[in-house]
Amino acid sequence: MRLRDELEGIYAILLKDLKAYYLKPPNISWGILFPIVLALAFTLRNPRGLRDLAPGLVAMAALFGTTSMEAIVVTFEKRVGALERLYMAPLTYTSILLAKVLGGAVFGGFISAVMTLLCVTLLGMHISHPLLYVGGLALSLIALSSLGALIAFSVREVFEAQTLSNYFRFPMIFLCGVFIPVGSLPLPLRVVAYMLPLTYTVELLRASTLSPSTCPLLDLAILTLFSAVFLLLTHRAMGRAYG
Amino acid sequence: MDSIIVEGLTKYYGDLCAVDHVSFTVEAGEVFGYLGPNGAGKTTTIRMLTGLTRPSEGRAWVAGYDIVKETLEVKRRIGVVPEVSNLYDELTVWENLEFISRLYHVPRAERHRRIGELLKLFDLWDRRDTRFRRLSRGLKRRAVLAAALVNDPEILFLDEPTTGLDVVSARSLRGLVNRLRGMGKTIFLTTHYIEEADQLCDRVAIIVCGRIRAIDTPENLKLKAGVKSILEVELSDRPPASLLERLRGLEVEVEGRQLRVHTDNPQMLLRLLVEEVGRSGLTLLSLRSRSPTLEDAFIKLTGLSPEVMRREKGV
Repeated sequence: MRLRDELEGIYAILLKDLKAYYLKPPNISWGILFPIVLALAFTLRNPRGLRDLAPGLVAMAALFGTTSMEAIVVTFEKRVGALERLYMAPLTYTSILLAKVLGGAVFGGFISAVMTLLCVTLLGMHISHPLLYVGGLALSLIALSSLGALIAFSVREVFEAQTLSNYFRFPMIFLCGVFIPVGSLPLPLRVVAYMLPLTYTVELLRASTLSPSTCPLLDLAILTLFSAVFLLLTHRAMGRAYG
Repeated sequence: MDSIIVEGLTKYYGDLCAVDHVSFTVEAGEVFGYLGPNGAGKTTTIRMLTGLTRPSEGRAWVAGYDIVKETLEVKRRIGVVPEVSNLYDELTVWENLEFISRLYHVPRAERHRRIGELLKLFDLWDRRDTRFRRLSRGLKRRAVLAAALVNDPEILFLDEPTTGLDVVSARSLRGLVNRLRGMGKTIFLTTHYIEEADQLCDRVAIIVCGRIRAIDTPENLKLKAGVKSILEVELSDRPPASLLERLRGLEVEVEGRQLRVHTDNPQMLLRLLVEEVGRSGLTLLSLRSRSPTLEDAFIKLTGLSPEVMRREKGV
C-alpha cells in the first residue's frame, strides 16, 4: 500500500511538472531547435567525420536537456513556495526527488530523441545495438538529471543554479571525448575526464553506434554509481532544508 | 480527546531561539488560535507540527502520531493552508485540486466527487477551469483552503489565512472557517489579527518572542488581564470639578468635552454620571459603552501595541 502510494505520488508530480513546465510550447520549440542548431553548426564547420561525432552530439543534447529546465523548475518552485506544497504531502523525500529527476530525464529524453533522429536521418548515424543505445541513454539521462537535481536543490536562485550548472557542463563537453579522444588527453585531464558522467555516456553511445572500444557493462555500472551518489547527496541537501 | 499535544517544543536557528519550550493541547473540534506579532514563532510552530521543520527539543503528537517519528502518518491526517498561496499558477483550479488529491492518495472513485463538493462549498465551481494565476488574491486563498481539505483532514492548520486580503474577502474566509468548525474539524489558526482570533477561536494562545504568555478562552483572557469596560461620554461643556471628584479612584481620561472612564461596573457608573451631569446643569450629548476586547487584554498581557503588529505586516 505504502509503495503504491509513493509510486502514485511520483507519477502525479511527474505529470504535473510535464504539464506545468516542461511541455509548454516555448520549451518544446527549444527542445526541437536546440538539437537542429547544434547539428547544423557542426555540419557546416566540418561536414566530414560527423558520424564519429554524432554520439557526442546526442550526449550533449542529453546533458543540456536534463540539466537546463530541471534547474529552473526546482529553483522556481523553491522561490514561490510550491516545492513546499510537495513537502507537505504524505510522501517521502525520496519520492519527491525521484519525480523531479524523472521530469528532467523525460525532457532530456525528448531532446535526445530529436537529436538521435537528426543524426540518423541527416548524418548517417547507424545504431548497431539499439538495446544498448536506449538503455545507455536512459541511464545517462537519470545520472545527468540527478546531477541537475543536486545542483538545483543545493542553491536558492535560478541564476545560481544556471551558473553552477555551467561549471559542470562546459568542462564536461570538452573533456568527455566528443572532440578530443579521452586517451589522448594529458594524464591530469584524463583523470578529470573519467570523473565525469558524460564521458561514460559518450563511450556507451559510441559503443552502440560504432564498434565497442571498452566494455559497455563497466560504463553502465559507473553511470549507475554516479546516479546513486548524486541522488544520495541531493537527498541529504533536501534533509538539510528540513533541519 | 486532544487532537494536538505539544510538550516543550523548541526550535533554534543557530543561536536564535525561535520557539522556546512551548506546551499546549488542542481538543478535537476546537478552533485554537495562535496569536502573536511577526517573528513571535507562530509559523515555526506550525512548520514543526506539520512536519516541515524538525524541532530542536521537545515532543508533539498530532492526531495521535509523533511529529518526528511518524511524520507521514501526521501528514495524511492534516490539511495545511500556508501563509503563501502556493498552488501551481499554470494549472487550473480543478487541476490543482486533482493534483493535490493524488498526492494525498484520495481514492480515484472519490476524487472528482470531493473536488466538486469543495469547489461548490467555496464558490469556486464557476472558476474551476481558470488558471490559478488568474484568480484574485481572495479566490486564491479560497482555492488553497479547498486544496487543504481534499483529503478530508481531521485537523486543519491555517497560517495567517486572511493576511493581505481585502475586508470583504477576509470576512468571507472567516465565514468559511466557521463553517468548517461546524463540520467538526479541529482548526489550528495562527494570526496577528486580534479581532480575528476573538471572533473565530474557542481558545487563544498568545505567543511573544517564542514563548507563550497566556492560553485561555478569549473571555477568560479578558478577565485574567483585568481589562475593564469603557464608558465614553460627550458633554455639552467641559466636565466640572465636582464630577471629576465623584469619579476619583477610577481610571478617567478627559479630552475637552469628552470623558473616557474605565470601570468594572458600567451600570453604577452610568447612574452616577446621569445624576452628576444633571446636577451641574450640563447635557449628555452622547454616551457609548464598550466591552473589553481581546485587543485590550493582548495589550495588558504583552505590553505590545496591536498597531505594531499591523504595521509589521504592512496592513
